[in-house]
Amino acid sequence: MNKLLSYCEKDTWLHRLSGVTKLVFFLLWCLTSALTYDTRILLVMIVISAVLFAMSKTEWKQISTVFKFVMFFMIVNLCAIFMFSPYQGTAIYGSKTVLTGFLPGHDITREELFYLFNVLIKYFTVVPSVFIFLVTTDPSEFAASLNLVGIPYTIAYSVAIALRYIPDVQSDFTRIRNAQEARGIEMSGKARLHDRIKRTASILFPLLFSTMEHIETVSNAMELRGFGKKKKRTWYALKGLHRNDYLVLIGTVLFMAAAMIITYADGNRFWNPWI
Amino acid sequence: MKPIIEFRNFSFQYRTQTEPSIQDINLKIYPGEKVLITGPSGCGKSTLAHCINALNPCSFSGKTDGTLIVDGKTPSQEGVFGMSKTVGTVLQDTSGQFIGLTVAEDLAFALENDAVPQKELFERVDRAAEIVGMTAFLKHSPTELSGGQMQRVSMGGVLVDDVSILLFDEPLANLDPMTGKTTIELIDEICHTQDVTVVIIEHRLEDVLYRDVDRIIVMEEGRIVADEHPDVLLSGDVLNKTGVREPLYVTAIKHAGGVIRPEDHPQHIETMQLEPYREAVRSWFSQAEAPASKKSGRPALALEHVSFSYEESEPVLKDVSLQIEQGEMLSIVGKNGAGKSTLASLIMGFLKPQSGTIRLNGEDISPLSVMERGEKIGLVMQSPHQMISKPMIYDEVALGLAVRGVPEDEIKERVHQVLKTCGLYQMRNWPVSALSFGQKKRVSIASILVMNPEIIILDEPTAGQDYRHYTEIMEFLKKLNEEMGLTIVMITHDMHLMLEYTDRAIVLADGEKLADDTPARVLTDESIADRAYLKKTSLYDLSVRCGISSPDEFVDRFIAYERAKGGDRI
Repeated sequence: MNKLLSYCEKDTWLHRLSGVTKLVFFLLWCLTSALTYDTRILLVMIVISAVLFAMSKTEWKQISTVFKFVMFFMIVNLCAIFMFSPYQGTAIYGSKTVLTGFLPGHDITREELFYLFNVLIKYFTVVPSVFIFLVTTDPSEFAASLNLVGIPYTIAYSVAIALRYIPDVQSDFTRIRNAQEARGIEMSGKARLHDRIKRTASILFPLLFSTMEHIETVSNAMELRGFGKKKKRTWYALKGLHRNDYLVLIGTVLFMAAAMIITYADGNRFWNPWI
Repeated sequence: MKPIIEFRNFSFQYRTQTEPSIQDINLKIYPGEKVLITGPSGCGKSTLAHCINALNPCSFSGKTDGTLIVDGKTPSQEGVFGMSKTVGTVLQDTSGQFIGLTVAEDLAFALENDAVPQKELFERVDRAAEIVGMTAFLKHSPTELSGGQMQRVSMGGVLVDDVSILLFDEPLANLDPMTGKTTIELIDEICHTQDVTVVIIEHRLEDVLYRDVDRIIVMEEGRIVADEHPDVLLSGDVLNKTGVREPLYVTAIKHAGGVIRPEDHPQHIETMQLEPYREAVRSWFSQAEAPASKKSGRPALALEHVSFSYEESEPVLKDVSLQIEQGEMLSIVGKNGAGKSTLASLIMGFLKPQSGTIRLNGEDISPLSVMERGEKIGLVMQSPHQMISKPMIYDEVALGLAVRGVPEDEIKERVHQVLKTCGLYQMRNWPVSALSFGQKKRVSIASILVMNPEIIILDEPTAGQDYRHYTEIMEFLKKLNEEMGLTIVMITHDMHLMLEYTDRAIVLADGEKLADDTPARVLTDESIADRAYLKKTSLYDLSVRCGISSPDEFVDRFIAYERAKGGDRI
């Protein structure tokens, strides 16, 4: 099984940035993208995301599965918007230019297409930044950063430890599935869907039990080494903030401020090219 | 001198139990001592250890009686965290207790929880890494480490805290013989250089005795039955009575009629005074019968030039050819990562070989699906928990037949038959959860046997079990082999298992077949043992030091003798 979207050690300036910087950037970036529907700003953000993504030297195979998954949901989402509110664009931009008929009550309008285009590029501003964040941030450092921005360390650490054990659970799963298949519990496409769902239980049970065993060992080991006794905790993996971190943080804040000013200059979140 | 650990009339009873798990414990351990606590499983040795590090009663609640003082403190009052500053515990399953994402983070874990400033963290982690020899691996993740390196990190992880007592809970479980040996060396080294008291809980006595210990404490049914110097203990018969396996060379000398005396220092075979026993051993050898060979000559399973790799640059198996004959009991051995499990996966069809052919009864099985192969070749996984998916014993054993659409009546008949063979018939309507680990293991074997396979492959059939359960399972498999003519292949790194129960050993090292010979010859050949991370058996040293010219013959005859006696051991 491929390791999905896991941290990959490389030496780029993005990898060297502190996890805190990347976390703050990621949060502000998503917030900006969520707030604005200004096509010009979104396009600029796409360009910046793409450049950063290239700089992170991420390989296609690291993200391909997840990328395809996201694309699938995006298409479903766009279709759903069109089906349920075909005139959303008209309402937003205040004009109605029918390009062609489609279904009764579902004319294709220039405004709706433009609205859907905006939704689409919003995805493309956020998706690369998620990828960059996940593949360039060491999970422990991620946990440390979460703790630093105010999340309790027990929660932050459970995030890291979940990431740490995902590969173990994956390999357990494969082993159990293989053994059950040899016993005759067919999991391949040949079996009917109904049977497959029922038979999944024969894998999940053993998986659950062996995972529970594992969890008990780990939690004992953690307690023996003093986890959870003090209110505070230090982090070996935490990187301090350096010049680049400050530059990125300042840049992000300035960018967000500028984006907000430009977006709301005309009183709403949308940019209307037809005025 | 004041003892660092002192039990006085101490007993402990788990809340869920009706009787104390340990009682009347009176024990003093002095600073700098290295003590081994041994005994069969359920004897209370782990309970005792858990009282020292306060897991009992702080994590597993129960009632204590009497007094226990550890380094001037009372563990039940200090709590697990408080005691962790004094007692460093290395748990049995080292991969389970590897918490950090890298070696460095794992070493730092206890210090991080103590909120030690980051600068000091770096310094102390470096120092601990140096003690356990892992400085070059600080940035490695646990998946990149071998079992032995994992063990080193676990030790480093407790040494960062400047503890005064190191507590090892079955440190040798799940390690291959060679790694076990280096672990014992490392413990010994730390004991001498770090000014700590070492307490080892382990039932693999011979392996621990590879380096000197000051005292051995034997427990049985919750009480201490012996507290002696190793030389004295090995001369008596306490070990045999309690079901702890004594070193093989000691057994061999006793077979030969020798009466071992403490002044001959039987602790290590290399340095033991053998003069008084030499003649007895030699004459036993000349009288003992050589084992009869029991080959059928009909090949059941054959691999021809099989190669496999996940990535082209790193072949996992290189051109492996081997034959397994019908009715054979055979072991596949080699260190972790040698390709043993991959071999099983290829046979079962979970993986496809890049080249080469696998034949069952002469026929190429590449067109068969996993499910079809599963009817002829059964695979029993290491832990029964990885296989059992039904709450009731009957249903679990019937599962393989039920999904194949076998008629109800036939299922019932076959399941009952198999349950009788496995000694589980009385419990057929019980829930699986009511069984012990060994019984669950038998359920998982029964659920495979019910499909009437021609061959069964067992992955580490005895992992993590003491001598008594080990013997029980192995005698059961032997019975299946003898009475049903079942071909049994065992993947293992347990040397006793291969020596005592298998007729042939196939040794894999770095993806190649290194040897294919009798276990006795494999374990008396130094170059093979070294490359496969096995360890020469101490019987080899005994025979060489007694001037016997063919050590492998000696080992063979010893095993034949043991097997002949085997029936009355359980």
